[in-house]
Amino acid sequence: MALFGTRSLRSLFTHPGFAEGVRAIAGPALGTVALGLVTGVAMARSGLPMGAVLAMSLLVFASASQLACLPMILAGAPLWVIVLTALMLNVRFVVFSAHWRRYFGLLPRPQRLGLAYLAGDPVYVRFMQRYPRRAPDQLAYFLGLALFNWAAWQVASLAGIFLADAIPPDWDLRFIGVLALLGLAMPMIADRPSWLVAAVAGAIGWMGQGWPFGLQVIAAIAAAMAAGHWAERRRPRIATP
Amino acid sequence: MTDLHLWIAILALAGVTVLTRGVFLLPRREPRLPGWLASGLRHAPLAALMAVVVPEVLRGSAGAAVASGWHDPRWLAVAVSVAWFWWRRGVTGPVVVGTATLLLLRGLGMAG
Repeated sequence: MALFGTRSLRSLFTHPGFAEGVRAIAGPALGTVALGLVTGVAMARSGLPMGAVLAMSLLVFASASQLACLPMILAGAPLWVIVLTALMLNVRFVVFSAHWRRYFGLLPRPQRLGLAYLAGDPVYVRFMQRYPRRAPDQLAYFLGLALFNWAAWQVASLAGIFLADAIPPDWDLRFIGVLALLGLAMPMIADRPSWLVAAVAGAIGWMGQGWPFGLQVIAAIAAAMAAGHWAERRRPRIATP
Repeated sequence: MTDLHLWIAILALAGVTVLTRGVFLLPRREPRLPGWLASGLRHAPLAALMAVVVPEVLRGSAGAAVASGWHDPRWLAVAVSVAWFWWRRGVTGPVVVGTATLLLLRGLGMAG
């Protein structure tokens, strides 16, 4: 099957980049597992029919959307309010997708969208660390990251749904998600522009804590990108194309 | 909420996942981006992470440590994670030791 241009799927799975991707996401996937469990437990306790619970976990594949929209669905909120909330919670992915375009713009459209669907936060962060520029082996590495992360999410969600009563609340699963994000962030703070980006984004994230829909994250990304751009223009790096 | 509404909502949420993650991958031609956005994109991953992590760490762990003492499990988990990164670098190590610290201390019954 020449699903991805000239490459068959099997040659991608056996490519060394695939295993490298799996290894690279293994640590951060702990956070995915923790969030999947939290989300699964919340879904199971919602009282929605089991078919709907399973479909939502398997299809939506986004903890923020699911956790925030679940109470709205239960309360019978209008569809447009639910969709608008989910859109706002996912706006950061719009920025990420502009970045993905540089890497996967040459693939056929259905494949592009399939890859985008799998590209959650840890996948995006790990991929951009490994491939600051487009390279021939990027797709196998991407699939290693993305499929392992997707599988971790699905297994954890199902475990959360079916073992909801057996999971002690004091495991503090949500904070494991935070530890995973912290682990992803630390290696990226390497030079002066990235310290500035981290400081600006962290400060706005802190100040905007009460804002609705996680809008502070969008504001933080926009301001930090502008700050990073400014810092690099002041102190130009060596020939970055 | 009727069954039909429920299923429409689920499909709509799945649609939001695909559309937001893929919006710039939809058009046939590569969309043109303003210069600051194009050159700032490489900072987007770090910015998104810090905007979420900093408030959680300051409120959930540093705040708790001030309120309940340095032995707060979240605070210690963050401290161990950062210390490990300082010592050994990498991504997997800090996440694993931080998570192990948190679960171990919670298992030992340290409140937080």
